[in-house]
Amino acid sequence: MRQTSVAARLAVDIGGTFTDIVLLIGKRRLVSKLLTTPRAPEQAVIAGVRDILASAGLAFSDIAVFVHGTTLATNAIIERKGAKTALLTTEGFRDVIEIADEGRFDQYDINIVKPVPLVPRELRFTIPERIDVRGRVRLPLDEQAVRAVVGHLGELGIDAVAVAFIHAYANPAHELRVGEILAEITPRLAVTLSSQACPEAREYERSSTAIANAYVQPLMSGYLRRLKETMAELGYVHPIHLMTSGGNLASLETAARFPVRLVESGPAGGAILAGQLALERGEHRIVSFDMGGTTAKICLIDDGEPLKARTFELDRQSRFKKGSGMPVRIPVIEMVEIGAGGGSIARVDTLQRILVGPDSAGAEPGPACYGRGGSEATVTDADLAIGKIDPVRFAGGKIEIDAGRAEAALLNGVGNKLAGKTSEQAAVGVSEIVDENMANAARVHAIERGVAIGERTLVAFGGAAPLHASRIAEKLGISRIIVPPDAGVGSALGFLAAPAAYELVRSRHMLLSEFDADAADAIVEGLVQDASAHCRAAAGERPIGLRRSAFMRYAGQGHEIMVALPDRRLLPADVVTFRQAFEREYGRLFARHIPDAEIEIMSWMVLASTESEAPARLASAPPRAAPPPAGERSIFDARLGRRQVVAVFDRKALLPGTHLEGPALIVEEGTSTYVSPSFDVVVDAGEALILSARPKLD
Amino acid sequence: MRKQPNDIDLQIMWNRLVAVVEEQAQTLLRTAFSSIVREAGDLSAGLFDARGRMLAQAVTGTPGHVNSMAESVKHFIAHFGLQNMRPGDAYITNDPWLGTGHLNDFVITTPCFYRGRLVGLFCCTSHLMDIGGIGFGPDGTDVFMEGLYIPFLKLLDEGRINDTLMAMVRANTRQPIDTVGDVYSLAACNDVGCTRLVEMMEEFELETLDLLAEHICAKSRQAVLAEIAGLPKGSWSNSMTTDGFDGPITLRATTTIKPEGIHVDYAGTDAQARRGINVPLAYTTAYTVFGLGCIVASKIPNNAGSLSPLTVSAPPGTILNAAKPAAVCIRHVIGQMLPDVVFGCLAQAIPDRVPAEGTSCLWNLIVRGPLPGRRGGNYAFSMAITSNGGTGARPRADGLSATAYPSGVKGTPIEIAEAITPLIFWKKELRPGSGGAGRTRGGLGQIIEIESGIGQPFELLAAFDRIDFPPRGRAGGKPGAPGAVAIKGGRKLNGKGTQLVDAGERLVVMTPGGGGLGEAKDRDPAVHAADEREQRLSPSA
Repeated sequence: MRQTSVAARLAVDIGGTFTDIVLLIGKRRLVSKLLTTPRAPEQAVIAGVRDILASAGLAFSDIAVFVHGTTLATNAIIERKGAKTALLTTEGFRDVIEIADEGRFDQYDINIVKPVPLVPRELRFTIPERIDVRGRVRLPLDEQAVRAVVGHLGELGIDAVAVAFIHAYANPAHELRVGEILAEITPRLAVTLSSQACPEAREYERSSTAIANAYVQPLMSGYLRRLKETMAELGYVHPIHLMTSGGNLASLETAARFPVRLVESGPAGGAILAGQLALERGEHRIVSFDMGGTTAKICLIDDGEPLKARTFELDRQSRFKKGSGMPVRIPVIEMVEIGAGGGSIARVDTLQRILVGPDSAGAEPGPACYGRGGSEATVTDADLAIGKIDPVRFAGGKIEIDAGRAEAALLNGVGNKLAGKTSEQAAVGVSEIVDENMANAARVHAIERGVAIGERTLVAFGGAAPLHASRIAEKLGISRIIVPPDAGVGSALGFLAAPAAYELVRSRHMLLSEFDADAADAIVEGLVQDASAHCRAAAGERPIGLRRSAFMRYAGQGHEIMVALPDRRLLPADVVTFRQAFEREYGRLFARHIPDAEIEIMSWMVLASTESEAPARLASAPPRAAPPPAGERSIFDARLGRRQVVAVFDRKALLPGTHLEGPALIVEEGTSTYVSPSFDVVVDAGEALILSARPKLD
Repeated sequence: MRKQPNDIDLQIMWNRLVAVVEEQAQTLLRTAFSSIVREAGDLSAGLFDARGRMLAQAVTGTPGHVNSMAESVKHFIAHFGLQNMRPGDAYITNDPWLGTGHLNDFVITTPCFYRGRLVGLFCCTSHLMDIGGIGFGPDGTDVFMEGLYIPFLKLLDEGRINDTLMAMVRANTRQPIDTVGDVYSLAACNDVGCTRLVEMMEEFELETLDLLAEHICAKSRQAVLAEIAGLPKGSWSNSMTTDGFDGPITLRATTTIKPEGIHVDYAGTDAQARRGINVPLAYTTAYTVFGLGCIVASKIPNNAGSLSPLTVSAPPGTILNAAKPAAVCIRHVIGQMLPDVVFGCLAQAIPDRVPAEGTSCLWNLIVRGPLPGRRGGNYAFSMAITSNGGTGARPRADGLSATAYPSGVKGTPIEIAEAITPLIFWKKELRPGSGGAGRTRGGLGQIIEIESGIGQPFELLAAFDRIDFPPRGRAGGKPGAPGAVAIKGGRKLNGKGTQLVDAGERLVVMTPGGGGLGEAKDRDPAVHAADEREQRLSPSA
């Protein structure tokens, strides 16, 4: 029965391994999960959307909202599969991205390895030109030199160019001119100007951001263009919104220009969903744990709001070390990401240690057990070998699982290299190492943020998280786990809860002693206009709220703090308000303020955003008896150190109020939840599985 | 009655202490005024028990500070007395012999109270850009020329700031706003640490840190002794000659590995110098044990327990145990050589774990001069632009190019340097051909070119080394390229001492490359080809 009256909302999340699709029609929710098609990601998207629309009896033209997120950009960087990219930079500054911060990310380790730059030295070209700190031209741009370099790019097989000149944030004229010359001579090249991708001082971070953007732009803009065209041909008439790493929605056009802003979009969706789900259950302090095919991400969320940051590090060389990756300056939800997913490859190093990841078998060839040509042992192969994956029910039976191949890969890749261990022993080792890696990452992140991880509730989603959540919680001393319904597509669900929002920052220095209320008001008002317009494009008719802030510091300091501004016209008397607000915030952050020191405002920010309403608390579900198990499996439990027989339940058969004692395996199409013997589980009124630690008997 | 914490509880609390001191350091970094702190991270922060034992140090920071600060707190306790300490107090000194080696480092110690009882002390130090005297260079011939000397004083007395002291500080610096602001940020970071510690003690229902302190020190000491147990035992000697100021200076070390610890003795080292490159013993010890730690116990947290099996001696009056009132302002140039001196000993015992010699000392561009219109006098700006050469080739990898070792500071972004000074950088690029050849190659140095952007002369307070004596290779590896300082197309400059760069002249600084390790003929041909393709080998490229 075709329903044309109901607005359908579509969310699609492309991960390294799976493409997740969610369709919401009123309260009805349809989900599906397909293997990502990396060479043409839109294929899986279109095929999946077509199927899900068919099962809902709807057409592409019935979709009212389409929100899309993807980690294609991140994976291209981590796997070094982006465009062949050249850098044009100021003469004398060829090695800014290699000299980086001249530091060592580990004080005591003399064997550290720094990230390999995305642009090798022979593709970094220098141009005579120079702009100074105030934006004045000290050396005019040598256009002949630009043309000479640009003329060569074709024969070098270059697909993308980043232009990053010294002080271009202060005066972008030279970068803009190079952009024009590039467009004239080689219009097919993707070009990123640092003054547009990241108009902020500090040459290393700005260059790194511009290069990362250029590196993924051909891939991303081509993909987005094809997706838009195909969706339009199939009858979708509205704009496509892209989820950004900051947890806000952006237009497709903005995303195609600045794809680096999408790097963490999938995880951002997951964090937003986790926050919402937790609030519905009255949980205010949570840690979200999102484990997919390639990576695991961990995020701390207080009162539904994920922690945010303005810098992100791509491709950390040393799993837990700050400073071991490539910095990009973008608004981002702060999370720890490590190379630990279902597809992560396991091997043995020369010290006879099992290593897992960070490289992944991805979707192609995928884990050995998929039988698609993968021969290396992965975490999924280990999960299968220890019994946590039911081969018959995996992905609703859509992916055929070959246990024999998994065992062979575990033996060849791990077992035989460890003095003849069996495939099961190898699987247990792989599983324990990857769980320990994830628990450690969570622990370190929580410590950095000064929070007690054991007191938090773990929200587990993503295809692999519910398989591993029990063990990680055991390791962290966490006593409560939420596995939301459709945990396998959590990020996509979160996209639909994201606010339409736009954040704009503009630098304009002003000493507080020389505060000019009219000038300040003009800057802020300009930002309000721009940000509101961008936000409106994505917000439709929903009301938009504004948050105004200023980044302030004591004159002479190097770091600013964000101070909220009043929601009205600025007045000369605000000089007092500003000082008080700054000193209050400074005191809150840093214990004591500095009497009588000069205060300066460095930049101004406006966030225009649709207001997200606090979700209503769920009612409690009356207790209900558990249905008989759908079967049983022998599963190796890592804490007990032995196999035991575990009842298997079909999640769809578990109605709200159902209570089960661990151990249990709860199977659904997108994932399986392993309830270890340490936990009991209840299905709540929102159909989430709530795992609670059993009181310890010892 | 609360239960006795078990090993796992103690492990968690230990981790938390590390998080507490990291937050203390991050507060200092984020609130600092001094550019060498806020951009380069020249600071350290730590927590000490009531006996003055360092329990945890922030990862953020630099070893010369950390390990000399480790001793400094004991001096604070001896001077003020635990029984006289009150909530709201904070104490200060910049005594090079009782603090961290030169007057530019202010050390501040804050007693932390919980339920009315002193439970620990937070200590931090950071590098202030100007404390008067002749400035941050090696030209002084005694410590009194090098700036304002602050003995142990109360900075805060039960919460009241010492106005007399602050007025003295303000009156004795060319940069009063930054210097006074930095004193406040030092005090604030200790306060943040204390707040977090109190929260932790409430959470874990601790009354004292005694049990935790014992656990940390005992476990760490045991772990280091276990590492030492796996080393060959014996004594090995090494010597290394450095440029010095008025002439070469030879450093000699004998490293003795016994089951109960490792001792480094610097007997035979040259006498202290006339100029400000002398090293107080605390700073000598700091970099020596850091070097030992990197090779022997790199995975073990740095604290009083892990440091205890590592001991150092140097005859009084040598450059590595200079006596007050020797000039010490640039003590780091010699001090940072000490890991290499120790590595030369260890390479004889465990050759497969030790890198070749590297640049080692920071190649900071310490510059100062007037601003337009001469407001603020001859030295209206001054800045230490942190920069580095290449590190020594490592047993399993090339040396790191343009990277600080052993110092833990970061380089200064040139866009920040140009915002703080009226200088223009025309070049800051890797220096091809500077890495010593070998089976593994030394890291590359840099070429830096600077000119005044306002047509005024500026001063370079040179404090460089490895110009006459470049980093040596090991096991057949070639030496790294020596450093060089000159005016472009003109005269050579000295590696040490204040010199003028005239308007229109370009200062060229070439930082050294690291030494190579092993025979170059054994280098992987594919890696060599990559070096050639990337133009890392030929100086002309």
